Amino acid sequence: MGLSVQYLWLAPAAPLLAAGVIAISTRRQRRLAATLAIGAMGVSLICSLAAFLTTLTKASGAESYREVFNFHWLQIGATWLDLGWVLDPLTAVMLVMVTFIGLLIFIYSAGYMAHDENFTRFFGFLSLFAAAMLGLIIANSLLLFFICWELVGLASYLLIGFWYQKPSAAAAAKKAFITTRIGDMGFLLGLVWLYASAGTLVFYDHGKGCIEPGVVAQLTHQSSWMGLSACAGIGLLIFCGAIGKSGQLPLHVWLPDAMEGPTPVSALIHAATMVAAGVFLVARMYPLMEENTGAIEGVSPALMVITWIGALTAVFAACTAVAQTDIKRILAYSTVSQLGYMMIGLGTGGVGVGMFHLITHAFFKALLFLGAGSVIHGCHEQQDIRRLGGVRKYMPLTFATYAAGMMALCGVPLFFSGFWSKDDILHSAAIWEPSSGPFYLGLFGALLTAFYMTRQVCLVFFGAYRGGAQDDHGHAATNGHAGANEPHESPGVMTGPLVILAFFAVVLGFFGTPAWPWFQHYLEGRKAEFEFGNLVNAETLTLLLRSSIIVLAGIAAGWWFYGRKPFTADHEPDPLARLQPDLFTLLERKFFVDEFYETTVIRFNAWLARACEWCDRWVVGAAVELVGYVALGASWASRLFDEYGVNLGFDSGCDQLKRGGRIFSRWQSGQAQNYLRVIGVALAALLLLLAVGGKGS
Amino acid sequence: MQPGFIILALLLVGGALGAMFMRNLVHCALCLAVTFAGLAALYLQLDAEFVGFTQILVYIGAVAMLIVFAILLTRNSDAQPRFHSFGSAWIGAAVAIVVAGSLIASVFSSAVILHSASGRRALTVKQIGVQLMGHYVLPLEVIGLLLTAALIGAVIIAMPEKKPEKKSTPPHR
Amino acid sequence: MSPLYQYLILSALLFAIGLAGALTRRNAILVLIGIELMLNAANLNFIAFWRFSPQQETQIGVMFAIFSIGIAAAEAAVGFALILAVFRHYRTTQLDKMDSLKG
Repeated sequence: MGLSVQYLWLAPAAPLLAAGVIAISTRRQRRLAATLAIGAMGVSLICSLAAFLTTLTKASGAESYREVFNFHWLQIGATWLDLGWVLDPLTAVMLVMVTFIGLLIFIYSAGYMAHDENFTRFFGFLSLFAAAMLGLIIANSLLLFFICWELVGLASYLLIGFWYQKPSAAAAAKKAFITTRIGDMGFLLGLVWLYASAGTLVFYDHGKGCIEPGVVAQLTHQSSWMGLSACAGIGLLIFCGAIGKSGQLPLHVWLPDAMEGPTPVSALIHAATMVAAGVFLVARMYPLMEENTGAIEGVSPALMVITWIGALTAVFAACTAVAQTDIKRILAYSTVSQLGYMMIGLGTGGVGVGMFHLITHAFFKALLFLGAGSVIHGCHEQQDIRRLGGVRKYMPLTFATYAAGMMALCGVPLFFSGFWSKDDILHSAAIWEPSSGPFYLGLFGALLTAFYMTRQVCLVFFGAYRGGAQDDHGHAATNGHAGANEPHESPGVMTGPLVILAFFAVVLGFFGTPAWPWFQHYLEGRKAEFEFGNLVNAETLTLLLRSSIIVLAGIAAGWWFYGRKPFTADHEPDPLARLQPDLFTLLERKFFVDEFYETTVIRFNAWLARACEWCDRWVVGAAVELVGYVALGASWASRLFDEYGVNLGFDSGCDQLKRGGRIFSRWQSGQAQNYLRVIGVALAALLLLLAVGGKGS
Repeated sequence: MQPGFIILALLLVGGALGAMFMRNLVHCALCLAVTFAGLAALYLQLDAEFVGFTQILVYIGAVAMLIVFAILLTRNSDAQPRFHSFGSAWIGAAVAIVVAGSLIASVFSSAVILHSASGRRALTVKQIGVQLMGHYVLPLEVIGLLLTAALIGAVIIAMPEKKPEKKSTPPHR
Repeated sequence: MSPLYQYLILSALLFAIGLAGALTRRNAILVLIGIELMLNAANLNFIAFWRFSPQQETQIGVMFAIFSIGIAAAEAAVGFALILAVFRHYRTTQLDKMDSLKG
């Protein structure tokens, strides 16, 4: 076993150790905390790069590189629960992405959170998150995966509610945790079902693992209900977990609220890594999901569901993003939408297609979030885009990198990674047999994406700065000259990562073009050839052209509405609102999904809780009190019995004894002669007895 | 039955009855003495000379005297020996009759002794002395102790109680 | 009737008379007299049996009688001393007046 596989566990262990040490350090040891966290992340990065290189060198041959290391964990009766880690291309590429972006964001946070007094706690939680995420990636057992999945959810909760004094932040953290929990219920059911059917939860176990062909074939022959095979059922249940964690419809409601956390948290967790964990789960369990007995036109039921949910999510979130006014919330809905795209990619095109978009999205979404953080930091914690504007003049570097990210997200042709990855997805959706619905939905979503990103960039970076004069509460500029209220560029520790991420946002795309699909083939274990012909054939070119037109149309529409006549005041109504007020309100209020949940699920939950409390108090409690009363009654009865039964009986017995004694004492007359007479009588009786009795015998 | 025995028997029974049932206590004591004398004669007739003389010495000479002294010392001016109530008399009589009856009946019904009287016995004082100092030395010593204890006890019991004198506190303390 | 029987009957009669008197008379002195009579009756029994016993060499009857006489004397002394002491207390020798031990 290679060295990098043997020491693969170091990748999550280093941040975990850092988190532990930070947890016991004091609040003033800021530099220690930052150094530990960044250092640990660096160690993880080195491990990941070593692992990645190992997989590269062995990428020859038909089979892709895969090495596992399993060990026994818990003994249950005669069987063991095994845990372990696996190193294969999927693992390696996710490891490198998470550790690299994580390291950049850690460095960024050292600057962003420099004025926060809970600096050390922040880095502790970040390290915990990193450890859990890396553990999740290398896990070779669904059980270990689930453990790390829950740990990641916990870290997300802790970080969303980092500023817990704000009630909105605490509520958002609770909402995130509970919503993902609902998805995790399905995940757990699927996990248990899988264990019951397959007998093991280890992914790769030299042929005996639960997603290896032998076991999968066995699972497909067990059918559950409605004609679904066990495989498809398990796959759908496990996908429930992904719905929760990756913010698909209908469990997407927590992601926008999660923007209450600090911006680095939003960048790392809710853009690049944690929300991608759901996509990663589907990619990992792909052999189970793509098994297509019971198929509908050649596609397995699980993949069908995944694709449609992803398509609907993509469009829904894009629509909602059009009408938002918080800079981070737009990006949050954009994340939800792109996650939908990744699901479409997985469903229609396979692991390579979905994962390519995941990797490119991680880079440019992290870039966008960090850029937004830079803007917020530079504009004195202002997050409403109606009160920003013209930031381009004050923060040029931020603007340049943000623009690069925005173009990558929109999918501006040729030079930006988002174009190639999104196009791959649209290509697979176009040739999907069951339906072209996802393809058209994807195209519409791309149009909207371009539109709202352009809207955001125009409102934030162009026009005049609308935030300086006064804010909502009418406080006039307290500082003397206007310069102090103006935005300023962020320090180097924050802009450095921006530049690096921008570079990758451009360059990464070239690893997955149709001409040289290195990335997809690497994941599937094939050697990729550079073939320019693949790019310039008619089919691919028409698709490229179509998506380019869509993107440019979206950007043009955005500029038409928002860039031509920039806003001048912060309370100016949105042009779209003037055009279609009702539609705009619907979009702005997020299709009233939160309100819908409030009236149905949450009210039902509260009612159920009240009913349970009633039952507990009046049924269970009454039973307990009844037992208490029975005991009390028994003790009363026993006391009564003791007082009136035993005591009286005893007393009367003693009285009888006394009376008897008194009677007997009267026999003691004190008359000696009487005693003598009694002796005489006894003597006479004895003599008679001897005389007569002796005669008789 | 020899005539001597009959006379003595009548004397004894009469004396016993008199000792028990006379009104005057002194008469009872004197009848008792007569009974003792009769018994002594019987002992002599039964070849138990030593016992007979001991009977005279001890019983008539000591016990009867003792009884007379006791009577004299416990005489009240109006002391009249009166008979008991009837009820108790019947018990006493009944018990005595039953006892006598059963004893006599058992004597008659016993199959033990049917042969005639044995020959004359001779028991010298010397023999008695030898027995006392030999075989019966332990009872002899014990009865010596007993007599001493009885003597001392009787004296103490019969002594008049000393009135407790007032003790004055001694001057030196 | 053999002579032994005569003596035995006589001693039984004496014993019965003594017992009757002890149970009947109220004076304490007369009770003690009755007891002395009973003792003497028993002595007579012993001597009679000694005299008519088949073995010639035995002296046990006589020895018993001698010791009995001695004990009777001691007991009479103590008994009458008790009567004297009680008389001093109660100023009477009527037995039925001496009932301070009554329950």
